[in-house]
Amino acid sequence: MDIKINETNNKNLMSIRHTHIKKKFTFLTTIFAIVFVTSFTVGRYPLTIKQLLDFLIFRFFDVSKDLPDVIETVIMNLRLPRILAAVLVGSSLAASGAAYQGIFKNPLASPDVLGASAGAAFGASLAIYFSFNHYGIQLLAFIFGIVSVMLAFTISQRIRTDSAVALVLTGMLVGTLFSSAISLIKYVADPFDKLPAITFWLMGSLSGMSIRSVKFACIPILISLTVLYFMRWQINVLSLGDEEAKTLGVNTERLRLIIIICSTILTATSVCISGVIGWIGLVIPNLARLLVGSNYVYLLPATMVMGGTFLLVVDCVSRGLFPVEVPLGILTAFIGAPFFIILLYKGWRE
Amino acid sequence: MRLNLDEVTVGYKRVPVLKDVSCSLNAGEVLCILGPNGSGKTTLFKTIMKLKQPITGVISIDGDDISSWPFDKIAGNIGYIPQNYIPVFPYMALEMVLMGRTPRLGMWSIPKAKDIEVAMESMRTLNILHLKDKAFTKISGGERQLVLIARAIAQRTKLLIMDEPTNNLDFGNQALILNQIKKLSQKGMAVIMATHVPEHAFLYADKVLMVKDGDVLAYGKSKDVLSEENLIKLYGVNLKLMPVASDKYPSFKVCIPGVV
Repeated sequence: MDIKINETNNKNLMSIRHTHIKKKFTFLTTIFAIVFVTSFTVGRYPLTIKQLLDFLIFRFFDVSKDLPDVIETVIMNLRLPRILAAVLVGSSLAASGAAYQGIFKNPLASPDVLGASAGAAFGASLAIYFSFNHYGIQLLAFIFGIVSVMLAFTISQRIRTDSAVALVLTGMLVGTLFSSAISLIKYVADPFDKLPAITFWLMGSLSGMSIRSVKFACIPILISLTVLYFMRWQINVLSLGDEEAKTLGVNTERLRLIIIICSTILTATSVCISGVIGWIGLVIPNLARLLVGSNYVYLLPATMVMGGTFLLVVDCVSRGLFPVEVPLGILTAFIGAPFFIILLYKGWRE
Repeated sequence: MRLNLDEVTVGYKRVPVLKDVSCSLNAGEVLCILGPNGSGKTTLFKTIMKLKQPITGVISIDGDDISSWPFDKIAGNIGYIPQNYIPVFPYMALEMVLMGRTPRLGMWSIPKAKDIEVAMESMRTLNILHLKDKAFTKISGGERQLVLIARAIAQRTKLLIMDEPTNNLDFGNQALILNQIKKLSQKGMAVIMATHVPEHAFLYADKVLMVKDGDVLAYGKSKDVLSEENLIKLYGVNLKLMPVASDKYPSFKVCIPGVV
């Protein structure tokens, strides 16, 4: 069929596609904004939107306004750090999952598959066992996260087979190794003090988040997210496969290394401020792919927004719906696993 | 543009697969590589694309040894279309074509409106603009091949390497692809393609390289190389060449296998 399309039509076709995507992003960011504001009202001490507005006015315009101290404490010391952390962690885990999926050409890849989560969790458990302070926990989680990914990466490079599959396999092996090491730490840990701390932290939680932890985490997270964001076209090309990407001019080894480092920083930082929260890195990128398509130019930002929104919702459910706070890792698994089965049935290939 | 292969030996782990290939190609010429399966055609292509290092020999473009070139410079000069290639993620056809712009983009940037223009333009050249919003994984083999050719056009290289571009295509799609290749070469692009069909070489090739059992069997102008004797040696079966003269193809011959 011979279709002749002139220049103006051409531009229209482009802009139609562009507005289409734009609408979806408006939709996603609107949902995010609504969830973000609403989440301030949810919790053991419920607030109304009016109280929230009053607080904003009090804070930024009219200092003379009379407001109970408890509202300021709840918003600034409890809700704000927790909400910011949920957005950072959700975006980080989702974005790192999307990046891993792209560079390993595998829609089922995630931070968990590479062993990054398990490695970081081991590092943090070790730090808790040795009673290290906050910084020590973050540092060890990061170091062992990087170690486990590098281990998986180096071993896979020496296996003479399809490098993508080899990496996923070695990642799973390394992950299992570190999970066993965590069990060992739990086995020898003090059952009245350390063991509950490690166990509860491993289940994933944002409760007790301080603004200091958020500040500490936001620098590595924002830097890594920025790097991934600017490299999103290259992730497209790399997802075609190594040889294909090289014939399109991509230095695949260097690019893969940069993306692995960024994704692992995201995972490790998330793990150390909130424990192991699974499934986000697997479910959100696939959901985003259904919504905006495979192109990482749109997929990566959509994944970041959706990941942040998702974890905000889950955290609200965790602290608002049940009389006792349910660990996030358990909730994301309860939501993620059935959702993923539906995805598989419907076929994400469609 | 002039590509030169000087006694190039290619292979895996220093075990030669194809030895001592010497050939050259100028702008606007089509070189057909004929040879049985496993004779090292793909390995040779991958070596030209620097996906493998040659065991011996020098590959040069305009006299410049390409072994020291980075991948983006190779990709800026040579377009490559591999065999039967389907990506994992369902990119749209337009996005696949846009990937051809990658060597001209910085590491930190995404395709601009101008790149999209170029990609659409190259799809229009091949009359496949209607495919642009279709998933690359869902279109037919012939359409995929055309999209990849469009990608090579968008890449704006002077040399195009195609590994069995007509493999698994029906007769109509084969003709469609080959005519597009012919058009590209008439516009000055140098093309190297592997094929299993001797008639394709009669119709479209300026030069022919025959490879068998790791050696070059024959190389030269297509009308000199494409003889009954060479083809019998190449494929190891009896065959006969029957001239079918036409205005457009005065020297075209049909290859009939199994005739004594």
